[in-house]
Amino acid sequence: MAHDATSHEGSEKRIWHVFILLTILTTAEVILGIIKPSFLVEHKFLALKLLNWIFIILTIVKAYYITWAFMHMEGETKGLRRAVVWTAVFLISYLMFILLVEGDYIHEVYKAGYIKYNF
Amino acid sequence: MEATVVKTGTEGKTWGGGDHPPLKASYGKLMMWFFILSDALTFSGFLAAYGFSRYKFIDSWPVADEVFNHFPFLHGVDAPMYYVALMTFILIFSSVTMVLAVSAGHQMKKNKVIFYMFLTVIGGLIFLGSQAWEWKNFIQGTYGAVETKSGRIIQFLDTEGNRVALSDIAIESTQRQAHGRSSGIWYSTDETLTTFTIEDIKKGFAANENLLVRIPKLDEKGHPIQLNRQQSLETLNTDAIRVVEGANMYRNEYGTPLFANFFFFITGFHGFHVFTGVLINIIIFFNVILGTYERRGSYEMVEKVGLYWHFVDLVWVFVFTFFYLV
Repeated sequence: MAHDATSHEGSEKRIWHVFILLTILTTAEVILGIIKPSFLVEHKFLALKLLNWIFIILTIVKAYYITWAFMHMEGETKGLRRAVVWTAVFLISYLMFILLVEGDYIHEVYKAGYIKYNF
Repeated sequence: MEATVVKTGTEGKTWGGGDHPPLKASYGKLMMWFFILSDALTFSGFLAAYGFSRYKFIDSWPVADEVFNHFPFLHGVDAPMYYVALMTFILIFSSVTMVLAVSAGHQMKKNKVIFYMFLTVIGGLIFLGSQAWEWKNFIQGTYGAVETKSGRIIQFLDTEGNRVALSDIAIESTQRQAHGRSSGIWYSTDETLTTFTIEDIKKGFAANENLLVRIPKLDEKGHPIQLNRQQSLETLNTDAIRVVEGANMYRNEYGTPLFANFFFFITGFHGFHVFTGVLINIIIFFNVILGTYERRGSYEMVEKVGLYWHFVDLVWVFVFTFFYLV
């Protein structure tokens, strides 16, 4: 029983730790979003601004903590974890890849002047 | 007699597999996980479509901190994203109280579960109210803009690069009176009229030497191109056809019309999830008060709605990133 009580205390402590972490990450995102350091805005990696890479990576970190700590994914079996997480991660990456590349291509077509904006 | 037997919800808790259940989770929890998975794919479908359109119209996509710059009681103060950051904290915090309720449920502490569930519901309601307020500001608009013949939005700046509102440009309004059913033809109503006509704006713009125009095209560094005075006058006089104030499904003053469509649809769909989440939380809250789960001997139901509630929070984290930050 004593062991049980300490593990509950431990889990509540972890909740608050994760909350503080999420708060710090969100604050960092908002501050970066307001300042928009010109170096990060003007340099790109794979057609995406460095600043946006930072936002997306921080978002995935937050998503990881919400799923693992708040939704107790860390306590589930490996099979359940993979059935849910891998399905989402692979399908979404695939969909994003196709659509974003295609969107960028259509933009290039517009920009190259085959279709005029100001008629 | 069969129908009146009260099920406790604890029988058959593990799903198949006999003595060695493969996933070691109850049927309900598994199904909640797979519902969440399918819902996550729905949301990512919407966000992927958003990303597609955004890349397609990357030139005219609005900059979020110019769109969402309101804060309650701070009128006329430029507060980029402060409010949405606050909304995010509220939702994350309601997620924390939810997980505390789940943890209290594991310890079978009924009063603690009630308290934390109550806080979670309150957090959800505050978030919904905030979203309504956010929509109101978005629909109302701040500066106003002008639409060109090709349906693109051009915005006004002063020589220092600050945005200028239409009301500061136009000298007077010559807008006609809208005709209603009572004063006009009884079977037709008027469209919503803007405060100023396009002629008012053109006249006011020509009279004030300090005004410039920004077009939805990006320079090499990715900043919107600002025209000089001569080009500004020319663009406004030859291309501008309509004044745009605020946002609706057809046009908005911030940029490409799709931006508003996606904003309404995705935040609306998320808001609908929050709304149903609050409803389900309220039901569970009353069940806890009535002692349903105490009698059942397990608070797993709180855990299952908790999963849904965290999922809503998870989606918001992504919506927040892609609408407000990126």
